[in-house]
Amino acid sequence: MAAAARLFIRGAHSTLAMSGVGTGKQSSLLTLSAGCSSRLKAQRHVAHFTFQPDPPTTEYGATQKMNLFQSITSALDNTLASDPTAVIFGEDVAFGGVFRCTVGLRDKYGKDRVFNTPLCEQGIVGFGIGAATAGATAIAEIQFADYIFPAFDQIVNEAAKYRYRSGNLFDCGNLTIRAPWGCVGHGSLYHSQSPEAFFAHCPGIKVVIPRSPLQAKGLLLSCIADNNPCLFFEPKILYRAAVEQVPVDSYTIPLSQAEVLQEGSDLTLVAWGTQIHVLKEVANMAQEKLGVSCEVIDLRTILPWDTETVCKVTAAAPAVTSAAVV
Amino acid sequence: MAVVGSMSRISGLCRHAVRQTAALKTPRLLQRRSFRVTAVQQQQQPFDSSLEKPQFPGASAEFVDRLEFIQPNVISGIPVYRVMDRQGKIINPSEDPQLSKETVLNFYQKMTLLNTMDRILYESQRQGRISFYMTNYGEEGTHIGSAAALESNDLVFGQYREAGVLMYRGFPLDLFMAQCYANADDLGKGRQMPVHYGCKDLHFVTISSPLATQIPQAVGAAYALKRENTNRAVICYFGEGAASEGDAHAGFNFSATLECPLIFFCRNNGYAISTPTNEQYRGDGIAARGPGYGMLSIRVDGNDVFAVYNATKEARRRAVAENQPFLIEAMTYRIGHHSTSDDSSAYRSVDEVNYWDKQDHPISRLRHYMTARDWWSEDDERSWRKQSRKTVMEAFERAERRLKPNPELLFTDVYQEMNPTLAKQRESLFRHIQQYKEHYPLDLYEK
Repeated sequence: MAAAARLFIRGAHSTLAMSGVGTGKQSSLLTLSAGCSSRLKAQRHVAHFTFQPDPPTTEYGATQKMNLFQSITSALDNTLASDPTAVIFGEDVAFGGVFRCTVGLRDKYGKDRVFNTPLCEQGIVGFGIGAATAGATAIAEIQFADYIFPAFDQIVNEAAKYRYRSGNLFDCGNLTIRAPWGCVGHGSLYHSQSPEAFFAHCPGIKVVIPRSPLQAKGLLLSCIADNNPCLFFEPKILYRAAVEQVPVDSYTIPLSQAEVLQEGSDLTLVAWGTQIHVLKEVANMAQEKLGVSCEVIDLRTILPWDTETVCKVTAAAPAVTSAAVV
Repeated sequence: MAVVGSMSRISGLCRHAVRQTAALKTPRLLQRRSFRVTAVQQQQQPFDSSLEKPQFPGASAEFVDRLEFIQPNVISGIPVYRVMDRQGKIINPSEDPQLSKETVLNFYQKMTLLNTMDRILYESQRQGRISFYMTNYGEEGTHIGSAAALESNDLVFGQYREAGVLMYRGFPLDLFMAQCYANADDLGKGRQMPVHYGCKDLHFVTISSPLATQIPQAVGAAYALKRENTNRAVICYFGEGAASEGDAHAGFNFSATLECPLIFFCRNNGYAISTPTNEQYRGDGIAARGPGYGMLSIRVDGNDVFAVYNATKEARRRAVAENQPFLIEAMTYRIGHHSTSDDSSAYRSVDEVNYWDKQDHPISRLRHYMTARDWWSEDDERSWRKQSRKTVMEAFERAERRLKPNPELLFTDVYQEMNPTLAKQRESLFRHIQQYKEHYPLDLYEK
């Protein structure tokens, strides 16, 4: 009985259909017996942090409420509108993407500009490098950062070195690679990885990780505009959970510039992506419970990283670097 | 034909795996150049299970009720297209491209100039003057025949044994030498090993050492050029060994599904360093893989410069007109060692190499064609050999004397812009060199 109760997962509408595709109606197969108390009902825990939006800004013009995936769509929409060479490709991007980042773009801009590729990450990135070299603004999507490894050779041996090895005759600076990144609670080994460390020491590429919708759109537009191949990792746990007022028009947030989110004098906390929100809470707890004053820095660009800001701050307060933990 | 019937019933482009060489004759529906709507929509005909025909989205061939495995056809596989026999005589006059004397002489001179440059640079490595070299012996026909069939602004992605393509397009001897010597004239700024040529003006993308990485890149470039609508094609060269890489599979599949105007040109020269083809693949070479991807494919005699020319010319015309990829497998033989780091007598017989050098060489076959028409005499041969050797030696001597690039170039072009970390490293290096200058041969480098 208890075992049956444990199977009753909160929010699981689509379990145990016995035949065919779900009809959309709640299945009545999974009912608790009378003896089971709802106290035994297992619950999936919600996220271990609260997304903390930045205060709204009019710095970049009129804004609209957007979550993270919508802010990505907005950035891509702006790009396809202003740059006729821009193309978006990857697995399942045509119907809108598994995280809905490309919804509506194919209908709006055409099948030749937003298209599916076969299921092959080394092909996706290789194709993107070639398109970028030939002058197109190439925006490649890797479905999960966990699957970027087949493309590691193309990224590290090819994209990163294209300009240097050719003596600046050729380059793939027009390439941006986007991938959902980081822990999401249930992703386990292969839908949760944060692989930025594998790329962090590869000169020639840039690695960028936003903490919020507002940051994401500006940083993604900077990556697309940047004349170097960029990896843009999007914290998937924030796709729906993070909601902010985000400018509708294009705007850029500079790369290789860390942001000091709160100042402190005893300790410096450096993080990126999801973990920023954890560290903000930590900083508050440290102040309340330990009387420790923490500086919180969002690194934003992992490579090339803003040594000046971090080291200058660290001269005042010792640094602890933290990242999203799987 | 049942094939055409079912194709028209599906009212679209239903690509299906073709098993026999008849694939080469099966005409694809010719399309004017346009973006074809993806086949996915056309394959989704209404379900009708009253029909005794497969309704699977993945394949629409007929049912069969006898268990039979398809035999891979490696004994009498895809035939080898040629125009000349081994003595340079035209076999089927209607296939003779009937190129002008001037054009044919240019083919010959480019192939022999390449051969001469190879001999001198190989020797210069043996003498310790350059660090490394790869020759093109035996494969000159694949380079010149294909290069001549392209437009001058078609984009070339190579592997490392395509120097003749660059030579045909007019890359000067001085710049070949500059790259091999990594001197201050090198367009690549002295950063790569010898034979990693590149030239933006001649639309030849810089070579990189990892194999087959250029294949999906060529596809992406072709897609971008298709969108630009400027009637340019892309050609992508690779060897039969590189064709085993995953990147090759990726490139073939993407090019067909994304309908890209490009030519895949495989130089099947019998060896990948020491690995012979029977350890590289068990199927019918590379050409037989094309139909598996939905690609038009052909196998040609790579030592017959006219066969290479004809196939590339037609493939280029159709690739651009119809927005689809073509696969050309040029059969040839690697007469030289893999590189100066290789001694091929360790894995193949001298007799085998001599056969190809003496009895089936692209240069001698073309010479026979020329002499049969009185376009080239013994005197011409002697004076051309002397002249080409002289020009190569002069370029060689100039390259040797030239200074190396400024060490500052170690730090530029990592990113488009300099960044503080690299600038710090550069300052640190220069301070070090200044302090210990007697340990560094600064006179060899440009200031």
